[in-house]
Amino acid sequence: MAGTAVRGRLTWQVGTVSEVIVETPTVRTIYVDVPDWAGHRAGQHLDVRLTAEDGYSAERSYSIASAPGEPVAITVQRLDDGEVSPYLTDELRPGDELELRGPIGGYFVWDGEPEPMLLLAGGSGVVPLRAMLRHRARTGSATRARLLYSARALPDVIYRAELDEYGRDGAEVSYTLTKQQPPGWSGHAGRVDQVLIEQVAFPVEQHPAAYVCGPTSFVEAVAQWLVMLGYPPSRVKTERFGGK
Amino acid sequence: MTALDGNAIGGLLHEVFGTEMTASVGTCASCGSRRQVAEFVVYLGGPGTVARCRDCLALLMVVTSRQAMNCVDLTGLSDLAV
Amino acid sequence: MSPVTRGFHGKRREAEGGRVPPGQYVTEDFPVLSAGPTPHTKEQDWTFSVRRGGKEQKSWTWTELHELPVEQVTADIHCVTRWSKLDTQWQGVSIDTLLGPASTDARYVLAFCDGGYTTNLPLADVTGGQAWLAFGYAGKPLPPEHGGPARLLVPHLYLWKSAKWVRGLDLLDRDEPGFWETYGYHMYGDPWREQRYAGD
Repeated sequence: MAGTAVRGRLTWQVGTVSEVIVETPTVRTIYVDVPDWAGHRAGQHLDVRLTAEDGYSAERSYSIASAPGEPVAITVQRLDDGEVSPYLTDELRPGDELELRGPIGGYFVWDGEPEPMLLLAGGSGVVPLRAMLRHRARTGSATRARLLYSARALPDVIYRAELDEYGRDGAEVSYTLTKQQPPGWSGHAGRVDQVLIEQVAFPVEQHPAAYVCGPTSFVEAVAQWLVMLGYPPSRVKTERFGGK
Repeated sequence: MTALDGNAIGGLLHEVFGTEMTASVGTCASCGSRRQVAEFVVYLGGPGTVARCRDCLALLMVVTSRQAMNCVDLTGLSDLAV
Repeated sequence: MSPVTRGFHGKRREAEGGRVPPGQYVTEDFPVLSAGPTPHTKEQDWTFSVRRGGKEQKSWTWTELHELPVEQVTADIHCVTRWSKLDTQWQGVSIDTLLGPASTDARYVLAFCDGGYTTNLPLADVTGGQAWLAFGYAGKPLPPEHGGPARLLVPHLYLWKSAKWVRGLDLLDRDEPGFWETYGYHMYGDPWREQRYAGD
């Protein structure tokens, strides 16, 4: 069935929530048991559809947070004025049914390629990049990996313990906290800028693959700086999540 | 509204074309630029979904949905690999 | 049939009977939806024109527009994407004031906008106190994301007819489809008859 992950019809399926993990006060990772799940690649997403009793429905896309071979999971950040995310983070429980369609995507994916991978995350943009790092760890890949993760403050950082573990195990993980830093913070502070990108980017000669994900303004600024550093545009993959 | 990119319509296009489309290359009929669908500038949520050329903002695709049927207009693309 | 999602309601609320057209739900939000990037025309560069047969008949600068009588309008607005917003408050100049008493044999208009958006309406639907060139919303200048500096406001039709970033009206003899109409949306767009798509 793995072959149908890319080719073939994409249909809505109903899964059952098997577990809800509290990542931060406003973020949940939701594991869904989907019969006949065709498997997924690191970086893909799925669409979720919620339907009210009167037939009103709303759809949103969420990046898959788990690695290929693992049960499918999404990580959802609660948006205060959102229509779907508050339901998923506050109401949904194990045992509930969830209608979804996926996996989706063939551009923003990492399949274990050996070239160094540069991962640049703005806020919840870290979700598909975590799936990539998780895949790398589970397969024992020798690919060099570097993650720069921009978040407002330390309590907003998702998957902190896991990412730090990757940092100890051969990947290079750094954070920049844009609004508030804890006392004694030794990571970066302030928004990602061209200087920071130049510091973390692998040299162009190593033919790195860059993956940039987060709010549109973050993605466009970072992608532009990478191209200015000499990264071929085809080596800078982008996924915009909207927002400011 | 904040623009997204072609990744956001990956599910919709997969449904319409029967296959993954975000990595497919399209050629803008206005300026000739060739980019992958994931790089199109996408505006969601209006009466229809619009994808524009990242280089010249010309309309590439317009998708409207009516009673569970999707209608895709591709006249802004002179070429699209499927 | 999609399964019902336990406990999901969305952000809608009930409205008094008869207040909301069929298939609509009421929202407190004001969703920002568009087909392209938000234009940012400066007031000093802004003009509004009335054209006929490709020729400009009259036009107003921003300053000239503000010398005309301004009306306060309270209206319910209905978007074809199914949300309705009640009692929205606008400030603007009536299209009647702009078109003036001069008679025309034109029967339709095509509104044209920064960014290339267009929409068509019968002349009879933008006159008789039914339409405005709105530049204020909720007591403040109309923000760019909602169509500022100025947008058309025609509340009795679906909101896609209330063209954002409008820069003028072409007077036409025949009805010509604008942007969304070309892609299958209804030429007229009466929410009370649920005229969303061509053929409805």
